[in-house]
Amino acid sequence: MQFGVFSVGDVTPDPTTGRTPSEAERIKAMVAVALKTEEVGMDVFATGEHHNPPFVPSSPTTMLGYIAARTQRLLLSTATTLITTDDPVKIAEDYAMLQHLADGRVDLMLGRGNTGPVYPWFGKDIRDGIPLAVENYALLRRLWREDVVDWEGRFRTPLQGFTSTPRPLDGVPPFVWHASIRSPEIAEQAAFYGDGFFHNNIFWDAGHVRRMVNLYRRRYEHYGHGPADRAIVGLGGQVFMRKNSQDAVREFRPYFDNAPVYGHGPSLEDFSELTALTVGSPQQVIDKTLSFREFAGDYQRQLFLMDHAGLPLKTVLEQLDMLGEDVIPVLRKEFAARTPAHVPNAPTHESLKATRDKEEVSA
Amino acid sequence: MTTRKLAVVSAGIGVPSSTRLLADRLAAATTAALTEHGVAAEVEVVELREHAHELVDAVLTGFVAPGLRPVVDAVAGADGLIAVTPTFSASYNGLFKLLFDALEEGTLDGKPTLIAATGGTGRHSLALEHAVRPLMAYLHAVVVPTAVFAAPEDWAGGAAGVPALDRRIARAAGELADLVAARPVTAAADPFEEPIPFEQLLRGE
Repeated sequence: MQFGVFSVGDVTPDPTTGRTPSEAERIKAMVAVALKTEEVGMDVFATGEHHNPPFVPSSPTTMLGYIAARTQRLLLSTATTLITTDDPVKIAEDYAMLQHLADGRVDLMLGRGNTGPVYPWFGKDIRDGIPLAVENYALLRRLWREDVVDWEGRFRTPLQGFTSTPRPLDGVPPFVWHASIRSPEIAEQAAFYGDGFFHNNIFWDAGHVRRMVNLYRRRYEHYGHGPADRAIVGLGGQVFMRKNSQDAVREFRPYFDNAPVYGHGPSLEDFSELTALTVGSPQQVIDKTLSFREFAGDYQRQLFLMDHAGLPLKTVLEQLDMLGEDVIPVLRKEFAARTPAHVPNAPTHESLKATRDKEEVSA
Repeated sequence: MTTRKLAVVSAGIGVPSSTRLLADRLAAATTAALTEHGVAAEVEVVELREHAHELVDAVLTGFVAPGLRPVVDAVAGADGLIAVTPTFSASYNGLFKLLFDALEEGTLDGKPTLIAATGGTGRHSLALEHAVRPLMAYLHAVVVPTAVFAAPEDWAGGAAGVPALDRRIARAAGELADLVAARPVTAAADPFEEPIPFEQLLRGE
């Protein structure tokens, strides 16, 4: 089981002080969060990708390359990489480059992006979201797996005799997760290729998450990648903790009430009951997180949203310390005790390389 | 005896509400008309006021909370819909629109629907034709020709030259019952149960 942190990278005023961090502060804060994620013993840091204010992370591989140089173990990922509006050729190049710099500590989570104007700004149309995700990813896979690519499609200039450089580290492309909250087509895409499927259940109720994950698992088996319960699933989560749960609720409520996306809507209590948000004691976070497998099955990656809605960096770093000290060690133990032996871990560069080498020997 | 499901939606604000009163009369008349076709009606009435906060939450969060789920399912699973709103500023009220904003695309495709409204004066009656009917047309509901508007005077003798309210109700209910009795609404395919195969997506279909 991998545990980690994913960051949206929003620049949001702190509702308790009215103070808005500068872009520079926010970017450095994201880096501090990533370094802390490794320091407290978690496994993954994933950055969002956005091309509109109030978000700062428009250039994920620049940030992840910098973090790679300052970490030893941390797996660097995205949440999400825009497979619709980014050029698949540039994704192939950027992430292969990052793979080399990070010695393989890289994977990606692909998403479509839901900000209408971003599509035309990058010469695309949001109504083509699914066809773009399908075609661009099909090309991305070939660019990483074939040294010379001839290609023609609907959305991009054709390629004749193109070689994406650098080639993936050890000839092993980064593992890919496909993320979608509500589109069955994306669960289908992840299943077809035998890639991972990530559901950001921060924003959706458990019943819906179950349907999406079940669809992915069933189709993963249908496409011959193995039994449904061995498919590779990741989930989101969002926590705010204090030793005393009432203190956590009191301190987090103004951030919840004013948060982008769900602020000014449901109450913190209702939203916590329906979604993956937990505001309370470390034990409550442990209990809630362990309950996710009841609707998603045994899964491989748990990412937490920690630094958003204007929370000051100092508070976020304290939260990460609590996660690392009081929550993650218990979760590791409890998940290990509950997960059957046949359920695989999420693929890493090493495991993919080992599988590839084994297949080459047997071939 | 064949059974058909009717969903009755009232966006009335007051308690008691004349909008709800009109909705109940339409439901009773439709039930009676269905009986003449040898069809039993199973009626589910929804007061949107009771779900007002959940409706706003659904619009803000993008998902339907468990308390609202039975409402959405009742509308989606009905063979016929009776939708009644008070007239606010020459149109349906916001509460009425919130429900239709919270439905998944395609929920009303082909659904036999009767539209009705209440208002403070008969001069608002065309709000049904100018506001409610286009909304339902956009949602691909099959709206019966007679829409029923109840002004204050309709609860007494009505206005000169206008058929009495009970006659208009009977006519609209008869039109709805004809459509509902003719065939049950078939549920749309569930994309989580029957996804589009990826080979098809790859071919751009």
